Amino acid sequence: MDLHLNDLTLVYPDGDAVLTAVDGVTLHVPAGTTTALLGPSGAGKSSLLAVAAGLTRPTSGNVAFGEQVVLTSSTSRADATRVRLERVGIVFQAPQLIASLTALEQIELHAHLGGRRPASVRDEAMQLLDAVGLAEQAHRRPAHLSGGQRQRIAIARALVGRPDVLLVDEPTSALDHDRGTLVVELLTSLAHELGAATLLISHDASTLGSVDATVRIVDGRLAEADSLV
Amino acid sequence: MFVALRELRYARGRFALISAVVVLVAALVTFLSALTAGLARASVSALTDLPADHLAFGMAAHDDKPDLTSSRVTRDQWEQWSWVSGVRHAEPLGVVTTRASAHGTTVAVTALGVRAGSMLAPGGAPTSGHVVLTQRGAMALGVAGGDGLAIDGVALTVSRVVDDDQQLAHTPVVWVWLDDWQTFGARDGDGGPVATVVALDTDGSAMLPAADARVGTTTVPIADARSAVSSFTAENLSLTTMQAFLVAISALIVGAFFTVWTIGRQGDVAVLKALGASTRYLLRDALGQAALVLVGAVAVGTALAAAAGSALADVMPVLVSPATTVAPAALLVVVGLVGAAAAIARITRTDPHAALAAR
Repeated sequence: MDLHLNDLTLVYPDGDAVLTAVDGVTLHVPAGTTTALLGPSGAGKSSLLAVAAGLTRPTSGNVAFGEQVVLTSSTSRADATRVRLERVGIVFQAPQLIASLTALEQIELHAHLGGRRPASVRDEAMQLLDAVGLAEQAHRRPAHLSGGQRQRIAIARALVGRPDVLLVDEPTSALDHDRGTLVVELLTSLAHELGAATLLISHDASTLGSVDATVRIVDGRLAEADSLV
Repeated sequence: MFVALRELRYARGRFALISAVVVLVAALVTFLSALTAGLARASVSALTDLPADHLAFGMAAHDDKPDLTSSRVTRDQWEQWSWVSGVRHAEPLGVVTTRASAHGTTVAVTALGVRAGSMLAPGGAPTSGHVVLTQRGAMALGVAGGDGLAIDGVALTVSRVVDDDQQLAHTPVVWVWLDDWQTFGARDGDGGPVATVVALDTDGSAMLPAADARVGTTTVPIADARSAVSSFTAENLSLTTMQAFLVAISALIVGAFFTVWTIGRQGDVAVLKALGASTRYLLRDALGQAALVLVGAVAVGTALAAAAGSALADVMPVLVSPATTVAPAALLVVVGLVGAAAAIARITRTDPHAALAAR
């Protein structure tokens, strides 16, 4: 299902003034493709991702999955939470794994949050761990995994339940170039395989050889048009 | 409780620590509760075990608080009570704490004077010149049925020893004939026989206030008559206050632990919210975790205290019963959960946006 960001604006109060973090952004990410959002620090990349994920309500504009508008300035927190649970996968800048859970449980957690038995997604979870090359580490906790392994677990966690949209926040920031490139390649291939519309934020264009499109954002505005490679 | 159970296993050191504290508090509260009940029994069981539901006190002034040491009722008063409609039995009861001696041993006892044929003494009232002793009194004096003893210098014979363990003000009970009791128990007598109170067995229909006004007595239910024993109120209040403080401290300890614990996992909570966990799910998970810790630790602490209380029952006045074990345990769990809930409530304020920050 395609991701549509329609004329999104996000304004923060900033002391006595206001700060426009996202300024009328319109972006279309087709299902199964990956669009990278590049920009300098403070350009509004993370703010745009937060709005797209329903973590922050937009001041105006909306987010649509396919033809369905799912997030607007009036969407309740509970509704936004439900959208994230059922339709969005998020990969954070840091892996943000739960220290007490094994790699397998990090993925099974999604089923429990949705009111299902964790074991009901065990096969899918093992397939995802296999897809990210960590099936052997299924019963290890984060403390016993490397940084790259943790990030791959986080990718597997974001993809369980086959989300319509995958939002990825600087997944390579803590990795060297080669490992960063591999992580982006993994993401794009899995997004393609699972049909998820993927928006990937990055500050490092050198790792983005495998993405389908890149978009630059400056001062909250898109500087270049969506350009599918 | 998917995350909660795994956190318990993962952070077992921290949870073992708080569990140990709760175990100790629960053991202390339960033991104090059993001790309070045991001391209360030693203080007033001679009254509360009476086959009666009310006691009529004869106080000097109508608005005087009922008190065993100053109460006095006359033959005329107990006879009037026996004619009150709804009163099945009205039996005079003399109460006095005095000394009993036998075989060179002197102990403090409470002599309860009853009429011949009275239903108040266990197994029947003693006859003239005889006494009925409780097991505790017999052991203290080293006497058995048929032996002689002296109460306040009056020579009497032990007719039998009963298994009942009634005490008053921590002294064993000696049942004596009311006429014998007059010689060492009557105070300020005007020549006629007196007693301390009238024990009433009513059918619930008696108009007690009206009868009190007519007879010149003050009637209270047996349970309330405990406060007529001067040592009971002070003793009971002290121990109950200690228990209340311990319960409050327990709630604070549990609340403080879960405050620190919840602050420490704010990052995880933000991530869980960002992944789609509802606030209700997270609150249920965290409160379930607190409930598991509390129920487990309180159960262990209560069991330990109950076992210790049972083992020490022969040498200490402890009373182990559901009221002194299950009730305080339930109170500790409920109060602990309130403390935990107050701490866990901060989960509702955690912003899932925080998950985007690197940590």
